[in-house]
Amino acid sequence: MKGFILRRLALLIPTLGGITVAVFLMIYLVPGDPAQVMLGERANAETLAALRQDMGLDQPFHIQLGRFLGDLLTGDLGRSFRTHEKITVEIINRFPATVELTMAAMLFAIVGGVALGMVSAVRRGGMIDYLSMAVATAGISMPVFWLALVLILLFAVALPLLPISGRLSASIYLEAPTGLYVVDSLLAGNLAALGDVLRHLALPAITLGTIPLAVIARMTRSSLLEVLGEDYIRTARAKGLSPLIVLVRHAVRNAFIPTLTVIALEFGYLLGGAIITETIFAWPGIGRWLFLAVMARDFRAVQGGVLLIATLFIVVNLAADVLYAWLDPRIRYSK
Amino acid sequence: MYCRGPAAALPALLVLLTLGLLACGGGDGSAGQVDAVLVFGRGSDSVGLDPALETDGESMKVCDNLYENLVTYASGTTEVVPQLAQSWDVSDDGLRWTFHLRTGVRFHDGTPFNADAVLFSLDRQFDQDHPFHKPSAGTYSYWKDMSMDAVVADMRADDDSTFVIELAEANAPFLSNLGMNFCAIVSPSAVRRHGADYFKNPVGTGPFRFVEWRKDERIVLGRNDDYWGEPASLDRLVFKYVQDPSVRFLELRSGAVHGIDNVSPEFIDAIRQDPGLDLLTQPGMNVGYLAMNMERAPFGDVRVRRAVNHAVNKQALVENFYAGLAVAAVNPIPPMMWSYHEDISGYAHDPARARALLSESGLADGFDTELWVMTAPRPYMPQPGKIAQAIQADLAKVNIRARIVTVDWATYLDKTFDGQHGMCLLGWTGDNGDPDNFLYVLLDKTAAVKPAQNVAFYKSEEFHDVLLAGRRSTDVAERTRLYRRAQEIVHADAPWVPLVHATQTAAFRRGVEGFELHPTGSKWFRSVTLRR
Repeated sequence: MKGFILRRLALLIPTLGGITVAVFLMIYLVPGDPAQVMLGERANAETLAALRQDMGLDQPFHIQLGRFLGDLLTGDLGRSFRTHEKITVEIINRFPATVELTMAAMLFAIVGGVALGMVSAVRRGGMIDYLSMAVATAGISMPVFWLALVLILLFAVALPLLPISGRLSASIYLEAPTGLYVVDSLLAGNLAALGDVLRHLALPAITLGTIPLAVIARMTRSSLLEVLGEDYIRTARAKGLSPLIVLVRHAVRNAFIPTLTVIALEFGYLLGGAIITETIFAWPGIGRWLFLAVMARDFRAVQGGVLLIATLFIVVNLAADVLYAWLDPRIRYSK
Repeated sequence: MYCRGPAAALPALLVLLTLGLLACGGGDGSAGQVDAVLVFGRGSDSVGLDPALETDGESMKVCDNLYENLVTYASGTTEVVPQLAQSWDVSDDGLRWTFHLRTGVRFHDGTPFNADAVLFSLDRQFDQDHPFHKPSAGTYSYWKDMSMDAVVADMRADDDSTFVIELAEANAPFLSNLGMNFCAIVSPSAVRRHGADYFKNPVGTGPFRFVEWRKDERIVLGRNDDYWGEPASLDRLVFKYVQDPSVRFLELRSGAVHGIDNVSPEFIDAIRQDPGLDLLTQPGMNVGYLAMNMERAPFGDVRVRRAVNHAVNKQALVENFYAGLAVAAVNPIPPMMWSYHEDISGYAHDPARARALLSESGLADGFDTELWVMTAPRPYMPQPGKIAQAIQADLAKVNIRARIVTVDWATYLDKTFDGQHGMCLLGWTGDNGDPDNFLYVLLDKTAAVKPAQNVAFYKSEEFHDVLLAGRRSTDVAERTRLYRRAQEIVHADAPWVPLVHATQTAAFRRGVEGFELHPTGSKWFRSVTLRR
């Protein structure tokens, strides 16, 4: 097991190396450069030349790439062309917001999705089954921006219950040592801030969690149905075990492996930021930042962001693989 | 059936959680609350808060309230008035400018304001050997853009309250430039202390001091209680970043923000009808235009360019895409600017005349061309795609078949500045209220060198000579005469279709008083009060 994990982690290095060069090349080949975007309409020839020189953009491709890779190896992602800030600081500033939103969205998706899936599997063919699968299908098919606008209209305009933008009301001051405002407000013992943070989280988390919820619900239902049809379940029932114990101890644990795969994939995906949700709810996460970096041809920032997301995706999936082995002792990874 | 267990309980749990969540809310938290907090919602975060380094309007908006300059602009106009300089003298040859500084002023970090601080702020942009001349990211682009390197010969601090600038040549726009953000006076000790991170630790002498910046979330300023003038009334000023225009409008209506700017045309009516909201407007110091690339056929022919001018229905653009909050343009400079030539009546919308002109130039069957358009909304063009489609339809009526080319902003600038278009849409927002800042930058032959800001690639010797004379003269009457002549030349040569001058907009909740839009786009909150 240990060897397996180490091997998988070692695989990170060539993967990330390949991604780095590919992204650098892509951004280099696309027309427009960061100097031009920064100056916009006022990019006269002289100023543009000066700025390009300051940014090192006048150097040939191999020198630019070499310099970038050299910096990267020393752990320095450089400064963003667009915002003057160190890329590492940019990521540290925004990643907690993405993590918090992802956690909240996944909590909503897992609790809701597993519950819906279990209920429909157990009551297969009944009203509840049809209803919850209809909800799940709708959840998958709904465009995120549309769902977001419907939620805003419902909970912020028709019933003004929830705030629709940002993470915290302007009137509340909160020290943020971790950047996860839920944790920060608990650390500060500030319950008013905690309530405010949770209220701000609600709509973006529901928006972002709805698709994963639907996917998880369908996956849970189908794998649970399969397991419930197995002989050993019949045996367990025949032994006179209570339906609840049969379901929880024998069926769910085995049915959970495919669901876990889906959860891991969705989780890794959401950690990469969610541009649409972040844009609509003015959520200061990593997705919108990365999008703006691409539009500004801020290739150092794009690199930093892509490296982070690729690493996370690989690590989350590795964690899922490890969990499989724990859930199903039959799965043993070769040394 | 079996199982009435946890699965059935889960939805109930969810409902409980949600209810609990809603119950947590209601009143805003009492902890850490301060009195008069004004929240201003805007569509982008600032890039940075070093006034010499930034080029984006969202950075300037915040800098406007943190920093001050030697001179500033009077309310509602671009007339130059004293700020940190109480007065100034100019030598007879117009080359030596002596500024007498305000005394007893301190920066927010306690550093005394004096002539050395002024020298530091400007010299770091000017002197190549200055220890802070090379910022770690970016460049002092405005200083270069406004030709300050060529205009300034020397700067020195004669004593604590006397600052002298020697010019290399008489230059009329120079004094106006000193009022722009890039000439704001920064605390030298703060720049030395923070170095490359000064852009997020700004220290000026303005009515507000910097409190915190959460990237892509909000920037918080607090009142400067030691301000040398009348202190601000607001305790806190929060710039909140809400990208989506609809959400920004909803936040204004719900009261989560007190004010917004660059109101989308689709919400103008709703704001006008809402008794709780006020709409503010101000003639904009900008122009949106269609440039015809004169290096490409058939736009080398003035009759074709005039035909295009006659074909476009500008008034329809104003009504359909600006909610009426714009004026159809005649000249490259806006009507609110001095020297505007009101006797030029412009090319009337006249498709028949356009067709006749095309026939004259041997293009009776029209021609095929491209109309380039950016994807990103700009202050002078909130809905570029729709405007391009309307122009395309206008042109089709006179047999000009324009294919619309849409690319993202970075690619757009790259390709159009390189002259790869037939026609393109672009625009400009003025900096200092001087006509030179429109005409020279956008239409002079020196700006037609690739990468060119002069995307019509218009090269007129006569126009160039007139503009140079306008730069050298400091007599306003003489300059007015020269710039009126320049507008006549451009009108006859018709390198552009000047489309619109967009009106600046802002909306505030009732109870916010004392805010004024300024032609330069500056957002000053010094005299704003919040009645609750």
